[in-house]
Amino acid sequence: MQIRPILAALRRHKMATLLIVLQIALTLAVVSNALFIVQTRVVHLSRPTGTEEAHLFAINNEWIGQPDKPHIDAQMRADLATLRSLPGVRDAFSSEAYPMEEGGGGLVRIKHQVAQTTKAQLALSYFADERALDTFGIALVAGRNFRADEIGSLGPYDKVVPAVIIITRDLAHKLFPDGAAVGQRVYLSDDSPSTIIGMVDRLEGGYAGSSTRSIDEDTVLVPARYANPDGVVYLVRVQSGQLATVLRSAPAALTAQNRMRLISPEDGVVMLAQARTQAYASDRGVAIMMGAVCVLLLLATAGGIVGLSSFWVGQRRRSIGVRRALGATRGDILRYFQTENALIVGIGLVLGVALGIAANLSLMTYYELPRMPLWVLAVGALLLWLLGQLAVLGPARRAAAVPPVEATRSV
Amino acid sequence: MLTYYFDLALRSCRRSKALTALVVVLMGLGVATCMVTYAVFRATAGDPIPWKSGQLFVPQLDNFGPEHNWKGEPPELLSYTDAVALLYARQARRQVLIYGSKWTVLPDDVQQQPLSQDGDAVSHDFFAMFDAPFRYGGGWSASDDDQRAAVVVISSALNQKLFGGADSVGREINLDTHAYRIVGVLDDWNPSPRFFDVSSAWYPFSHPRQLYLPFGRAIDLQKAASTNFYCSTNSADPDLPNWDSVLHSECAWIAAWVELPTRADVERYRDWLHNYAAEQQRVGRFAWPPNVRLSDVGQWLHMMKVVPKASALSMIVSVSFLLICLVNVVGLMLARFMRRAPEIGVRRALGASRSAIYSQFLIEAAAIGLAGGVLGLLLTALGMTGIDHVFEPEIARLAQLDASLLLLTMLVAVVTTLIAALYPTWRAAQVQPAWQLKSNG
Repeated sequence: MQIRPILAALRRHKMATLLIVLQIALTLAVVSNALFIVQTRVVHLSRPTGTEEAHLFAINNEWIGQPDKPHIDAQMRADLATLRSLPGVRDAFSSEAYPMEEGGGGLVRIKHQVAQTTKAQLALSYFADERALDTFGIALVAGRNFRADEIGSLGPYDKVVPAVIIITRDLAHKLFPDGAAVGQRVYLSDDSPSTIIGMVDRLEGGYAGSSTRSIDEDTVLVPARYANPDGVVYLVRVQSGQLATVLRSAPAALTAQNRMRLISPEDGVVMLAQARTQAYASDRGVAIMMGAVCVLLLLATAGGIVGLSSFWVGQRRRSIGVRRALGATRGDILRYFQTENALIVGIGLVLGVALGIAANLSLMTYYELPRMPLWVLAVGALLLWLLGQLAVLGPARRAAAVPPVEATRSV
Repeated sequence: MLTYYFDLALRSCRRSKALTALVVVLMGLGVATCMVTYAVFRATAGDPIPWKSGQLFVPQLDNFGPEHNWKGEPPELLSYTDAVALLYARQARRQVLIYGSKWTVLPDDVQQQPLSQDGDAVSHDFFAMFDAPFRYGGGWSASDDDQRAAVVVISSALNQKLFGGADSVGREINLDTHAYRIVGVLDDWNPSPRFFDVSSAWYPFSHPRQLYLPFGRAIDLQKAASTNFYCSTNSADPDLPNWDSVLHSECAWIAAWVELPTRADVERYRDWLHNYAAEQQRVGRFAWPPNVRLSDVGQWLHMMKVVPKASALSMIVSVSFLLICLVNVVGLMLARFMRRAPEIGVRRALGASRSAIYSQFLIEAAAIGLAGGVLGLLLTALGMTGIDHVFEPEIARLAQLDASLLLLTMLVAVVTTLIAALYPTWRAAQVQPAWQLKSNG
């Protein structure tokens, strides 16, 4: 196929050619960036918490009348006994947050030495007891679980100084990049060290959601019941198939035990599946929006190519007829229009790659997006190129169908 | 003449149905996408108190110091020490302190479930400063503040729930097992964003606070903040063994606002704030020079990055979408107009002036734009119903399809189509009558 006659013909349609090139370039820039955002969001919103989400729910329990620490602690023990003896409940424990709560939970600073000059390692914490691992449904990969006698009782103004802690593998790697973490001592407060007695594979902190933090998987389990006058979170794991029953029976059993508490009818009981939907709502929304815009954009571009190519075919009926009369086959005409389209789209794509990278760079600075890998642009370019070929097929076939006799007719 | 051109436009549309439909659909889609995202964007990026936003200021002062502050910026909230100093200095026309907590409403009826409600502890100027509208009663007085009176202002929603919407001023409600006298019931009021809670609340577009109580009383009751609370820490968590140490700590948890009606007031207040920080340095509390800020509502909302990322991002994407649709439309219009070169040639040869050609084709473009606008309206209405799938419910419910949005949709559709038609129309007007007639010959 000769390129020269195509270029000569395009020179007569500078503006129309330029418009298609511009459109392809803009489309590639927007589609590749949008696809990239969709991809990062989808990866993001399917992050596992590490827990048995399908069988877990949380009860947000508030206390009425500002009870004091001994009262709260006694009530929490009684509540846990009630929950654990409920039919359909596999296990339960008390904490101050639950995974994907998007907030809540403690932030701890972990140091190797009291007087270290380097920055302390930040981590998210859950209060836990010896039943926490079973309730979450996470297994130890090293070390041992808490013992019942290691579970302390904390008041609102008490410092967190646990003798033993369990941490996630992610945190262990950050604290001890080249060695085993279990058995090591670290400082959560300057008062006394905590021994790492166990390591679990994965457990997300309570902050994880649409906004990411680098410490989402750096979690510490602190063995304590936290007697917070504001309230407590009970995490309950049900036996398979019992979720619906226990969701109703658990708050009722607690209220029957003592009614000086408040479990909101709207959001007092939260299934982890619900928490996931809420926490990642904005991720999902952005992904849907971007996906829809991509589809519409590709359709619009295809429509534009069909429209302009049809116009060109209509304009050139006579010259097509002349070529056919001079011996060009239908295939020659078809290939002419396909090559012309490939050429124009190709120029647009080159420009689009540059535009796409520029758009990504500016989005990076304003919206903290990561750098777009080149394969996204490559996929977008291939998609557009194929789309261009497909869009021009109809008009090109119509062109090929122009009979040679057209050469003898006036328009 | 106008009707004649309209008739011509209609004829040409009938002749090239597919091309016309394509242009109308493109315009409709582009405009609708823009309008839906704009409806959300304007709700989150708007000025919540336009008549007063230039007079309300947030004072900030750095009690963390250069080593612990965030990139040199002072904390967004104040410590109790500074907040109270600012309140009693009375250097502004009005000054307000705010912090949020959770309160339990115990109904008189033992059978009824207790309710947990978000409440803001505020000083008495709050209602006047933010022009909070009252349905019944009003705010409390300065002396109520000083005497730590057990008074409360409740929202209309809570009034509906507890008293069936009746005038409840003077009646009592039980909060956290203490009795409070209701002095006022607010009208429906939820500025969007709730700018005075932006720094302390997790989410400035959530449901409004249901309770407002005197600041001093909440402090006396040792009511902990349920909103942001962060400390300047040297090593580990700060040692806060009791409430008194919370009050004396360098932790930031109280939002402050001041009302400064004139420019001179603003300058005077800035100086005062600077001098206050300098004084703290002189007495040895701060080991660093004064680092203070005074931002009005607009600056504050910008600083706090209130507009949700998803909203700004989708605005950018939909505007680019409209732009691409327009480029497309320019191409299609060009094809459409140039196909009629012979017709233009005949018209010109019969004496039509260039300006006649201009008006003919621009009217045709406007008609297409109008059709695109109508389609855009339908698609916008459709898009508004699907908006909860894309944005969080708190944001989605802010977006409303009102008269101004309808008008804007039509306007954007027509104006953008006209702009897109400029170049093709110019080309059409350049058609040489002689050449067209000859080549057709």
